[in-house]
Amino acid sequence: MAYQIIDSCVNCWACEPLCPSGAIHAAQPHFFIDRNRCTECDGEHAEAQCASICPIEGAILDRWGVPANPPGSLTGIPPARMRAAMAEIRSR
Amino acid sequence: MQLPVIGRQVAQPSEGGCSASGCGGSNDQLSHLPQSIRDKVRDHPCYSEEAHHHFARMHVAVAPACNIQCHYCNRKYDCANESRPGVVSELLTPDQAVKKVIAVAAHIPQMTVLGIAGPGDPLANPERTFETFRQLSEKAPDIKLCVSTNGLSLPDHVEALCKHNIDHVTITINCVDPEIGAKIYPWIFWKNRRIKGRKAAEILIQRQQQGLQMLTERGVLVKVNSVMIPGVNDRHLEEVSQIVKAKGAFLHNVMPLIAEAEHGTFYGVMGQRGPTHDELQSLQDKCAGDMNLMRHCRQCRADAVGMLGEDRGDEFTMDKVEEMVIDYEAAMRERAAYQQAALATLEAQRKPAGEQFIPLTALGGRKRTSRPMLVAVATTGGGVINQHFGHAREFLVYEASPMDVRFIGHRKVELYREGNSCGDGESVLQKTIAALAGCEAVLCSKIGYEPWEMLEQAGIAPNGEHAMEPIEQAVSAVYAELVEKGLRRDVAGEQILLQAGI
Repeated sequence: MAYQIIDSCVNCWACEPLCPSGAIHAAQPHFFIDRNRCTECDGEHAEAQCASICPIEGAILDRWGVPANPPGSLTGIPPARMRAAMAEIRSR
Repeated sequence: MQLPVIGRQVAQPSEGGCSASGCGGSNDQLSHLPQSIRDKVRDHPCYSEEAHHHFARMHVAVAPACNIQCHYCNRKYDCANESRPGVVSELLTPDQAVKKVIAVAAHIPQMTVLGIAGPGDPLANPERTFETFRQLSEKAPDIKLCVSTNGLSLPDHVEALCKHNIDHVTITINCVDPEIGAKIYPWIFWKNRRIKGRKAAEILIQRQQQGLQMLTERGVLVKVNSVMIPGVNDRHLEEVSQIVKAKGAFLHNVMPLIAEAEHGTFYGVMGQRGPTHDELQSLQDKCAGDMNLMRHCRQCRADAVGMLGEDRGDEFTMDKVEEMVIDYEAAMRERAAYQQAALATLEAQRKPAGEQFIPLTALGGRKRTSRPMLVAVATTGGGVINQHFGHAREFLVYEASPMDVRFIGHRKVELYREGNSCGDGESVLQKTIAALAGCEAVLCSKIGYEPWEMLEQAGIAPNGEHAMEPIEQAVSAVYAELVEKGLRRDVAGEQILLQAGI
């Protein structure tokens, strides 16, 4: 029962001070959640704090390994649109 | 007959007696302000148009976290070649930031101002931000401290800002209508939840307005930044301007949206365009009213170093800073001497401008005017024309009219190198000329044969005759010359009134 941060993390520090369990640490190459300390904010907050402030879609996974913030959920950019834009940029 | 070149504001304050606009300069821009405020901003490059020719600023990137998302920002972005807000190369701890500030202040005597502007929101990182300010107010007491914020946490930190002697705060306010806000801000983090849509915008707007009011009540200088997003808030910003002015903001800065697909921002990917030069200028004019707008903003990176429009960040990376040996006491004396001299230069440039006369020949009993004209200027600072056309990375644009010369903005260009006329060089020159669209003359210290010809073909008169002259004097002289020759597309029935003769 723990969240995890993966390599798309940009090390912005937003989550670290919010964690009620002190489970988040600055680390290399990116921030890290101590799975033994993470409580998923159960009993503390209605929503997991790290996942609620993280600005990067896909950077935080829930206990099932599913992105807490899936593509398009934070930026509002439809994933297909993003893929098309990136393909267009690569082809230049 | 001679008439003084007068500023747009007829009622000038008794102090200074500057009737010319400077370069749309601080006298004009800030003339509605009490003397105490003008004293505070006269050496602040971001607040005073005149000052930005002589004084430098730096931002330290100590504040990575953000508590909102804006559609023009992408938190993944980090690129040394990009210059725009929210972009940085190296995140610093407060201790590193303080070292860097002291190193920069020792090497760049023009530096007067240290700002914290991100790359996230400074007030969403209060420990890092205030620790940096605390150390700096102790170790570098001669440097002004500023902060720029989205406003969400602002009311919680007003007391701390006052305590640390932060007397300049910038709030980015893009709207006062939550319907419009919902199209700019996809979410905010508020009271332990991520909130989206209209509700998020409502909270953000309320907090921004509350913070603005709290600061102005305490006598803190507040500038409001707005990003002009065509079709989203462009028509709304006039109202924003009126409201923030009524609440005591002393300057409103309307900036153009920067949006490219490769930035990965919502607006960039979705194809939202930025405003044209004309649209921006027209909105700035509408918002101006009796509170003059800031037009010299360069939308700096969150780790910019140097004069506005230049970035010397590469000279002060942390590994280089760690190697530097600095005698700050000596540097502080040198800076004080430089800055005193620069203020004297400013004063001196202002005075002759104030006494400048342009003879008018044919008034015909009533005042008639030639149409205004845009003039581009190449300068490296100091308020004078001192840059080679081919070395300019940006041109300042002035509007000259029979009434005055005023600064209206800047145009960024790629560096064009002389002699590099084949392949890329040529297209860079063409791009530069395209960026100068709407200007009818370009003033620089020197210019090569090839760009000269191309500018003439494009209907822009190149002019290297005013090297080292104060900008506004040169612009008004060139305007007078061109008027004498007959401005192209002159308004039918208008007579030519001005002659050169300064």
